[in-house]
Amino acid sequence: MSVALREPGAVIEQEPIRSRRGIVWQAIRRRPSATVGALVLLVIVLAAVFAPVLAPYGLHEQVGPVFGPPSWQHPLGLDDGGIDMVTLLMWGARISLIVGFAATLVSMVIGGFVGVAAGYFGGKVDTILMRITDYFLVIPDVPLMIVVAAIWGPSLFHIVIVIGILLWTSTARVIRAQVKSVRERVYVKRARALGAGHMRIVFRHVLPQVAPLLIANTVLTIAVAIFDETALSFLGLGDPSRISLGKVIENAFERAAISTGAWWAIVPPGALVAVIILSCSLIGGAIEDALNPRLRVAHLSARSFRLRPLVGRSPESV
Amino acid sequence: MRGANYVIKRLVFAVLTVFIAVTINFALFRLAPGSAVTNLARVPHATPEIRLALKRQFGLDKSKWQQYVIYLQQLPRGNLGISFANSQPVSSNLRTALINTLPMVLLGTIFAIVLGTLTGVLAAWRRGTAAESATVTTALGFYSMPTHWLGLMLVILFAGVLPTGGMSNEFLINPPFWAHVKDLAEHIALPSLTLGLVLYGEYTLIVRSAMLETLGEDYVLTARAKGLKPWAILRRHALRNAMLPIATLVALSLGYIVAGAILIETVFSWPGIGRAVYDAVLQRDYPMLQGAFLLLTISVVFFNLVADLLYFKLDPRITE
Repeated sequence: MSVALREPGAVIEQEPIRSRRGIVWQAIRRRPSATVGALVLLVIVLAAVFAPVLAPYGLHEQVGPVFGPPSWQHPLGLDDGGIDMVTLLMWGARISLIVGFAATLVSMVIGGFVGVAAGYFGGKVDTILMRITDYFLVIPDVPLMIVVAAIWGPSLFHIVIVIGILLWTSTARVIRAQVKSVRERVYVKRARALGAGHMRIVFRHVLPQVAPLLIANTVLTIAVAIFDETALSFLGLGDPSRISLGKVIENAFERAAISTGAWWAIVPPGALVAVIILSCSLIGGAIEDALNPRLRVAHLSARSFRLRPLVGRSPESV
Repeated sequence: MRGANYVIKRLVFAVLTVFIAVTINFALFRLAPGSAVTNLARVPHATPEIRLALKRQFGLDKSKWQQYVIYLQQLPRGNLGISFANSQPVSSNLRTALINTLPMVLLGTIFAIVLGTLTGVLAAWRRGTAAESATVTTALGFYSMPTHWLGLMLVILFAGVLPTGGMSNEFLINPPFWAHVKDLAEHIALPSLTLGLVLYGEYTLIVRSAMLETLGEDYVLTARAKGLKPWAILRRHALRNAMLPIATLVALSLGYIVAGAILIETVFSWPGIGRAVYDAVLQRDYPMLQGAFLLLTISVVFFNLVADLLYFKLDPRITE
C-alpha cells in the first residue's frame, strides 16, 4: 500500500517503537530454547527464593537413615546426614544463586565503570584502563581464586568478592566497545552541545543504549559465577556454614556417596547446576544474537576468544 | 618488515605481565595470615629462640623489601623455595607434577579438538536441521556441567570397568611391557575423557560460528556457482578460512587447561599439577602454591603470546 492512496486526514499507524527492554524480551520469546531456559530458570529461582516456605522438611532435620534411597516421601532420597535431598537442593540453589547474583553485581559495577569510563573518555584513560583489563585477562583466574580464597579463609563474602573481582574483564570490554560507538552518535553530540554534563550523558543517553548487551552479559556472568562457586566449594574453599549446591556435591563426594552407591546424593545437585548454567547460556546467547549476530564471531580480535575452560567460562565465548 | 613492531609489542607485554604476576604472587602470600613460622613451629611451647631460628632459616627476619629483592634474584635461577609439606625444592615438585599432567591433558585436548571440530562443522553445514540443533544442544549441555561433577558421573558409569583413581596400578611389579601400557591407558582414559567432554562444547560452538561466517562469504557462493562438489567447497574453501579462529582458540586454550586440570586431578587422584595445587591448599603449603601459581600464569601468558603471534602470522589483513 502506498502512502499516496491514503485519504487525507487518515491516521498513519506508526510502527511501534520497540523499547530496549522489549528487545530483550523479544529475543527470549523468539527462540524456543531461550524461552524454555527462561521458564526453567524462573522456576528454580522461585523455588530457591521460597525455600523456607516450600521446602518439605527442615534443612537440619534428620528424617531417615543415612543415604536413605528415594521413596515417595523423599523423591530424591536422603544425604549422608539423613537430610531430605529435595530440601537440600532448594536451600543449596538459594545460596548458589545468591553467590551468583552478588558476584555478578560486583563484577558489573567494576566492569561497567571501567567500560564506560574507557569508552566514553577515550584517549589516555582508555589506554590505561584497557591495559589493566588486558593484564586481568591474562592472569589465570582459577588459580588466583584458589590462592586468594585459601589465604582469606572460607566465607561466603570472600567467595563473592574473589569471583567478582576476577570476572569483570569481559563486561568492561563489551561495554567499552558499545560506549565508543554510541558516543559518536548524533544525539549524544547534540546533548553535549546543549550543555549536558558527563554524568547526564552517560546515564541518560549512553547506558540505556548499552543496557540490552549489559543484560546478556549479566546473565552469562551469573552462570560463570555459579560455576566458579561450585568449583571452589569442591576444593574445600567454600563457606562451611552455608550449604550451596557446590557444597552438597563436595559433601557427597567426601562422604563416599559414590562407593556407597548413593547416586541420588550426587547426581541431582550437579545436574541442577548444569541446568542453571545451561539456561543462563541460552538466554544470554539469544539476546546477544538478537543484538548482533556477528558479535561473537569477532574475527578481527584474537583476544575476544577469552577462554576459561573447565572452571569458569567466559561470557564472551558462550 | 611487516610486524616486527607488533612482535616486539606483544613480547614486552608478555614480559611485563609475568613481572606483574610475580609481584602479585609475592605480595599475596605476604598478606597471608600466619607466617611460615607459625605454621612450622607447631611444636607445643616453641621457645622464641626456635621461632627466631626458623625465621632466619626461611629468611623471614629480613624486611619485606629485601625479601622481594631476594625473590626476584632467585627466580631466574629456578629457585622457587622449599615446600613446607615435604621439604623438597618447589621446582622439583612442580616438575614431577607437570610431567604427570601433560599426557592426560594433551590426550583430552586432542579428543576435544577433533570432536569439537567435527561437530562444529557438521552443525554449520547442516544449518537449520535437526542435526544442527542436536549437536549444538549436546555441546551446550556438556559445556554447562561442572567439571568435577562430570568426572564423578563417569566414575559412577565406569566403576568396575575402568580404574577411577591414580596413574597406574601400584600392585603391578615389573609388569611385561604391554601389560604396563594397557594399565597406563586404562588409568588415563577417564580423566582424559572428562577433560575432552568438558572442553569440546566450546570448540563446537566456536567452530560452528567460524564456519557459518565463512560459509556466508562470496567466494563460497562462487565455488557453489562453479558447481564444485559440496565436500570440496567445505574442505578447500570454507574450512581453510575457518581454521583461523580455531587455531587461535587451540593455542589460547592450551594455556588454560593446565589450570583447569585442578578439578579433574582432584576427582581422579591424578598426581599432577592440579592435584599439587589442591594438596598445597589443604596443607597451606604457601611456597608450593606460589610456585604453582607462577607456573600457571607463565603458561597462560606464553600461550596468549603464541595465539597473538599465530593470528598475526595467519591473517595477512592484520597490519598492527
